[in-house]
Amino acid sequence: MSDLVDLTAAAAAERIRAGELAHADLFEAYRARAAADQLNAFTWVADGPPAGDPYEERPLGGVPVAVKDLFCTEGVPSQSGSRILEGYRPPYTATVVSKLAQAGAPLLAKTNQDEFAMGSSNENSGFGPVLNPWDRGRVPGGSSGGSAAAVAAGLAPWAIGTDTGGSIRQPAALCGIVGVKPTYGACSRYGMIAFASSLDQAGPLTRDVTDAALMLRHMVGHDRRDSTSLEFPGEIALPRAEALTGIRLGVPEELTGDGGGVEAGVRENFEATIALAERLGATVEPCQLPHAPHALSAYYLIAPAEASANLARFDAVRYGLRVDGEADLVSMYSRTRDAGFGPEVKRRIMLGTYALSSGYYDAYYGTAQKVRTKIAEDFQTAFERFDFIATPTSPWTAFELESKTADPLAMYLNDFMTVPMSLAGIPAISIPSGLSDGLPVGFQLAGPAFSESRLLDAAYALERAIGFDGSEARK
Amino acid sequence: MTVYEPVIGLEIHVQLSTRTKMFCGCELSFNDPPNTHTCPVCLGLPGALPVVNERAIHYGIMIGLALGCEIAERSLFHRKNYFYPDLPKGYQISQYDVPLCLGGRLGDVRIHRVHLEEDAAKLNHLGTSGRIHGSDRSWVDFNRGGTPLVEIVTEPDLRSPEQAREWLALLRTTLRQLGVSDVNMEEGSLRVDANVSVRPAGSTELGTKTELKNMNSFRFLERGVKAEIERQTGLLEAGEPVVQETMHYDPATDTLTPLRSKEEAHDYRYFPEPDLVPLLATEEMMAGARAALPAELPLERAARFERELGLNPDTAWLFASRTELGDYFERALAAAGGNGEQRQVDPVELSNWIPQLVERIGSDSDPAGSNVAPESLAALATMVKSKEVSRDAAREVLTLLVQEGGDPRAIVEREGLGAITAGDDGLGELVDRAIASDPAAAEQVRSGNMKAIGPLVGYVMRETKGRADGGEVTRLVRERLGLGR
Repeated sequence: MSDLVDLTAAAAAERIRAGELAHADLFEAYRARAAADQLNAFTWVADGPPAGDPYEERPLGGVPVAVKDLFCTEGVPSQSGSRILEGYRPPYTATVVSKLAQAGAPLLAKTNQDEFAMGSSNENSGFGPVLNPWDRGRVPGGSSGGSAAAVAAGLAPWAIGTDTGGSIRQPAALCGIVGVKPTYGACSRYGMIAFASSLDQAGPLTRDVTDAALMLRHMVGHDRRDSTSLEFPGEIALPRAEALTGIRLGVPEELTGDGGGVEAGVRENFEATIALAERLGATVEPCQLPHAPHALSAYYLIAPAEASANLARFDAVRYGLRVDGEADLVSMYSRTRDAGFGPEVKRRIMLGTYALSSGYYDAYYGTAQKVRTKIAEDFQTAFERFDFIATPTSPWTAFELESKTADPLAMYLNDFMTVPMSLAGIPAISIPSGLSDGLPVGFQLAGPAFSESRLLDAAYALERAIGFDGSEARK
Repeated sequence: MTVYEPVIGLEIHVQLSTRTKMFCGCELSFNDPPNTHTCPVCLGLPGALPVVNERAIHYGIMIGLALGCEIAERSLFHRKNYFYPDLPKGYQISQYDVPLCLGGRLGDVRIHRVHLEEDAAKLNHLGTSGRIHGSDRSWVDFNRGGTPLVEIVTEPDLRSPEQAREWLALLRTTLRQLGVSDVNMEEGSLRVDANVSVRPAGSTELGTKTELKNMNSFRFLERGVKAEIERQTGLLEAGEPVVQETMHYDPATDTLTPLRSKEEAHDYRYFPEPDLVPLLATEEMMAGARAALPAELPLERAARFERELGLNPDTAWLFASRTELGDYFERALAAAGGNGEQRQVDPVELSNWIPQLVERIGSDSDPAGSNVAPESLAALATMVKSKEVSRDAAREVLTLLVQEGGDPRAIVEREGLGAITAGDDGLGELVDRAIASDPAAAEQVRSGNMKAIGPLVGYVMRETKGRADGGEVTRLVRERLGLGR
């Protein structure tokens, strides 16, 4: 069985389509591994593949996908990592999950995550933390920690997650896999239990860049159920570049200097990867994103503000947890929300409620939106000179469990290099660029809106040159 | 003693009669079993997203154009945040500082703004109070949740409860004619809140206002506003201040009670709805809305009836506000030769006969559904004008027309109701007999007391069973008594 698990998703799909592999065998191999999971990566695992689908004829060949808990899946628990939605089984399926199933990627499992996607270590899950397969004493990153750990550990061929400020890229980096945050609007958000609506994007977490491109190709597209979704221009190309000839890379001083507190090992790895890019033909120069250092501050006003409204629907009236109150409505609301939400969710609801309050709106939410515009303009200016922006994905490699839980601000710094792209709505990819003290390091490339195909191509060329071996984590 | 002047502004919520809800594909319904028209979107299920109903935008633009508003090329939806069981998302999607329509005017009242939003679900409280506090159990029916609403806010241009009621009737007729809403106050498709303040007459400053809710009929609007004006005037006269608060009107007792301040201590924390893109009123949408407007709105029709046809303002407004009466009137006019020189009927004469007809068929009935064809009524009015039949006799003819239909001329002939005119010898003889029967009255008339002519004319009218023309008889009596014409 283990040889099946060594196949990338794209390779497995090809074998199934060629009649060399039964999709049910592949499904069972992963199902069995997922069911025996010791990383707490899953909140639900399927019994088997949906019967009767002609997977051999579908582009994704029946290669099953692990799906972050916050995607609604009809009749299957969709809890967004929260006790307030414990056991909640939605009556409908999220658009991207349907699209993937339609393309031949059936649901394998639901993956653990930080509660309502709020977190960078997966320690905020209502269902317990996920462990990093490279070192079980360490976190997998978050919020898509379950998806990242599952793919890294070979418990799922590939997975989808969501990225609001780094929630795909950072866990991908910490687990040594590929993660893509697409252009805002590229993938439908319909059926994604919302954290921050203007930032949330679905994307792939995969073993390599080719898998990411193949999966993303079947995720993107306008959805009439999501007004903010856009028609993707053209089809996502499968990457094949072997060099970076003519590619201009900008390295923003603001995100790679001392501000983010980048670890020495991560910095060394980043510099080595940049040198590699130059050897592949890229020209590399420093560039400026003057407002990027303010991104984290703006993000922690905008995202909690939107979350404070998005999470208001959990009121014990129609679904989810209900803790009876006294004879009145307000005590039912407050007892339910007190019992159902974890501390980080409560913190952000309070932050967001405050930022939107009458008298504070302009100073907080209004200013944050202006900063957001400035950051987007910074990127636009930078892309006049550069094809892509390169940074480390995360300032650190995977850190020890509970080492940052007492200090929310230190935890928030995880997203220092990923949040600016989220605010600007542009695509970014994290690929594994090596190990530092035995732990994976992520390298981030960001491009202009809808540059996914070019971005994947560049990442592919780097991936080949780096030759990262993640098989250690699958053992 | 100070005389106080009321200042009134209205906020009107109108349910649009689209096929589906504001942000999802569920059908609108009324009185269907609870929670049978719901989906993930209007139930506020996790992950569901709103999509704007194009038809609602179309209707919103039509209303804006009909009210003379400026239509914003780009407007925004916001989230209005508050917790309540009838609000499944914990926020209402509404328009806030950049609404679809700004400014405008209907009649003598300026429009402040018109915006789009979604309706809340319906709460049914079991228990004695009928309100959520003190109820044993509350049920939520989400069928209504997400119904498209337009909110129309006026400037404080109204000055009396009667005027408020009349203006609301004008607005309702206008909206009805646009075909964008059922505008039924009892069923809640038209809801009105009033902002009321009073100030010393002549003052230009506004007094402290209160907001009145729960006036679910035209009568209750008038009575509620009147009661509130009296309450505020009483306070001011007693030297007490008016407190800015929301008042709940109780039609059973005609009294106003403040809503508990806790219920209104809201900070709605408005912010732009990130699930929707800005609403762009394209040139195509504008053209579509313009093309869908009726050729003439009620206010314009009333003005035309007055200006071109000489109708008095009350009748003109009656025909404009009750569209079916205006339509019937115009059909009758057309049957009698239309608008030009060919017209055989006097519009004012004709207009007087329509209320008479309505009186006979039931005040809420549409004359188009009666036995009386528009051309028959026009013929009758023409006969009256040309004195072929007296006014009294014509009323009898109309009663017969309502019963059996047909041609008024034939009925006049069959019933012998034709006018007895001065040319008829019989009429002269009757006048002579009247004078002979009451010499005292005749003498008084001769000596200049024209009031005494009544019994003499009455005698002739009685004898002719009303077929004679009263004016004609009066003229003949004066002539016979030597008073000249």
